[in-house]
Amino acid sequence: MTRIVIDKLTKFYGDKMVLDGVDLSVAPHEVVCLIGASGSGKSTLLRCINGLTEFDEGAVRLDGVDIFDPAFGRTGLYKRVGIVFQAYNLFPHMTVLQNVTLAPIKVHGRDRREAETAALKLLDMFGLGQFAQAYPEQLSGGQQQRVAIVRSLATEPEVLLLDEVTAALDPELIGEVLKIIRDLKTSGMTMVIVTHEMGFARDVADRVCFLDGGRIVEQGEPHRLFADPQQPRTQKFLERIIAAGRLEAAR
Amino acid sequence: MTRRPGKGRRQIALKDRLLPVLISLASVILVFGVVGYFVTSAPQWPRIQLQFFSLEAIIESFPAVAKGFLVSMQIWVISLVCIGIWALVLAIFRAMGGPWFAPLRVFAILYVDLFRGLPALLLVLLFGFGIPALNLPGLPTSGMFWGGVALILSYSAYATEVYRSGIEAVHEGQNMAAKALGLSQWQTLRYAILPQALRNVVPAMLNLVVALQKDVALLSVIGVRDAVREAQIYTARTFNYSSLVAAAILFLLATIPLARLTDHLQRRDRERRLQGVL
Ligand SMILES: Nc1ncnc2c1ncn2[C@@H]1O[C@H](COP(=O)(O)OP(=O)(O)O)[C@@H](O)[C@H]1O
Ligand SMILES: [Mg+2]
Repeated sequence: MTRIVIDKLTKFYGDKMVLDGVDLSVAPHEVVCLIGASGSGKSTLLRCINGLTEFDEGAVRLDGVDIFDPAFGRTGLYKRVGIVFQAYNLFPHMTVLQNVTLAPIKVHGRDRREAETAALKLLDMFGLGQFAQAYPEQLSGGQQQRVAIVRSLATEPEVLLLDEVTAALDPELIGEVLKIIRDLKTSGMTMVIVTHEMGFARDVADRVCFLDGGRIVEQGEPHRLFADPQQPRTQKFLERIIAAGRLEAAR
Repeated sequence: MTRRPGKGRRQIALKDRLLPVLISLASVILVFGVVGYFVTSAPQWPRIQLQFFSLEAIIESFPAVAKGFLVSMQIWVISLVCIGIWALVLAIFRAMGGPWFAPLRVFAILYVDLFRGLPALLLVLLFGFGIPALNLPGLPTSGMFWGGVALILSYSAYATEVYRSGIEAVHEGQNMAAKALGLSQWQTLRYAILPQALRNVVPAMLNLVVALQKDVALLSVIGVRDAVREAQIYTARTFNYSSLVAAAILFLLATIPLARLTDHLQRRDRERRLQGVL
């Protein structure tokens, strides 16, 4: 079971400070949602957690071990922490099944037959079994995103990072993806979720963190934070969200 | 709402489509007819016809020219295979990031700068005459071999750049997804990036293929008996240039279908990309 500890994380792009000493700790089985305006550093923070983006100061530890510690090996970190992107980023020249089995076979040396059996089982579980031999472009956005989630689950990670996974979807397709995430929470997956779906964040999150200018300005239990934000910047952000109709006024 | 096309509309559409075709057909026939008439009725035409388009000379020179053309084709095909592989290796050198691969990256950059900056003819002369003249033991001395090497070295520089543009055109998200799955840099290239890049570069590569087919004729200057060389030999003997026309016809027969195929693939590629945007 994995506890993530982010310790004074600082990240610059050129001269611009994108993350400004972020401290965050995520307990095993906890679901943390990151909210905040575009450009506030949510994606960057998420990508630092599994080392996709290098940072300048601070540390990220999984169960007390620094993510750059040789103990993880080259692939251990990626096995334990999966990530799903807004744009799905499926490999367009591979079938769904090939997408899902690539990492288990090539990275983790699983037997092909065994990996495919496991992948098919996983695809079935997420209602995607009939698409195993299809190519990504033949699927709807919602189906592609579900495949992307399955692909990241194929290595049995303990932590899942989700970066606005519904932002590119047509409204009627969002539900099927959100349902999967709810199911994953039920199954005990530790997740850090960047989302603009505030209603969803309120339902699914154990804790919501509001980012602004590369800092966590405010965090707390979702119903409390959405109903009664303490910080002026959080209040302003939520007012704009409510005005845009993305969260029914909870107060 | 889609409008039901009325009968009148469809008729107009048909006329609209047919008329431009008829006009272009008529004007093409007219222009080429007039030009053809003036050319063939010029007082010098019989001499030109005898010098360049003598059917007799074309037929007489044809066996030798065709044999030379086969040599050209052989050099062309073998060079293509070597260029395709060598340029891919160079492009991979260039695509590998990180300090460990810096020497390979620098080598690829210098290679492309060097060989793209030199005329292919100069390389052909340098290798085709220069290296056999060294008489180095163990090395082949045939001009054909070294001329081919010169072509391969030169064209690989261009082909490397084509591969590179294909690699860079693959969306950055693919790289990130592969890395997040734990693929090494090489695995990312091999499984995620290159298959997409290779598909991207087919049309641009075909342009090089056509260009190389013609540039094989450069080897005639170092005495390789290709189509052009054979045609020259005939011309030198008979003072008639129709053998060169015979060679030209053979080249056109080979390059025009390839050029059409390239156009077709490029168009399809563009359409596919436009569809992707919509
Ligand atoms: N690759 C990059 N190069 C330079 N600046 C970047 C890069 N990625 C993100 N940024 C900048 O970092 C800031 C935070 O970006 P990001 O983490 O994507 O924000 P969010 O996901 O909250 O919208 C933004 O100002 C953005 O312009
Ligand atoms: Mg983002």
